[in-house]
Amino acid sequence: MNSDLIVFLVLSLVAVSTALGMLFSRNAVYSALFLVLNFVTVAVFYLLLGAPFIAMSQITVYAGAIMVLFLFVIMLLGAENLAPSESLPWQKPLAALLSAVLAVEAIYLLFSRASTARSVVSPDASLNTIESLREMAMDLFNHFLLPFEITSILLLVAMVGAIVLTRQDKGEANGSS
Amino acid sequence: MVPVDYYVVLSAVLFSIGTLGVLSRRNPLIIFMSIELMLNAANLAFVAFASVYETFSGQIFVFFVIAVAAAEVAVGLALIVEIFKTKKNINVDEMNSLKG
Repeated sequence: MNSDLIVFLVLSLVAVSTALGMLFSRNAVYSALFLVLNFVTVAVFYLLLGAPFIAMSQITVYAGAIMVLFLFVIMLLGAENLAPSESLPWQKPLAALLSAVLAVEAIYLLFSRASTARSVVSPDASLNTIESLREMAMDLFNHFLLPFEITSILLLVAMVGAIVLTRQDKGEANGSS
Repeated sequence: MVPVDYYVVLSAVLFSIGTLGVLSRRNPLIIFMSIELMLNAANLAFVAFASVYETFSGQIFVFFVIAVAAAEVAVGLALIVEIFKTKKNINVDEMNSLKG
């Protein structure tokens, strides 16, 4: 039992329990905060895997921007506690059964088909230098330049879409539509 | 030294928890959060394999997935706000008509 494995087991316990906490919280704000903790845990996993840039992107974009947007919308709509409506009584047991089947199948297939005997070696200090980041940036801008540019167009489209969706027309604001 | 299978199993478990959230919750915001959890699980598997095979392609793909997730959340939350403004309710059971 080496130290990497202990860190991994503790962190995966935290990740799974925060995911379950997100799922079973009655209050949507608590769910969002559990999910922030989950994202931070996954960021630490990225650091363990030797991907410091992805870890920092995860914290700034996911745990920062996206979850703030979620919390903002939850509090804007006052959707912390929705009244439970049980129109389908068999839905929850069926959902639990189906996701358990999915988990078992995924783990079985991964172990039987995709199992690699390789291990993740813990990154040494040289990985957290600017050299590694430069290497990744060269790869990004040499081989993935077109996807990178398309991503910028996608972000522009998303921004325009969000503005158009939430914009109030002048006529609607006066109640004439 | 952590076997890469452990990371993949953790990723599968997180993905299944996200599926359970999408299937069982009635609050569209929680459903959205579960989708984010599933995206994260897939990202974790990508980075684990990128780390094992010592290539940057997996990390770069995760970078793109993060950007797409940000765009998706912006549009999705705008849709939820718009539905709330029209129907005064965001329970997914009530959303059964396309023209509000």
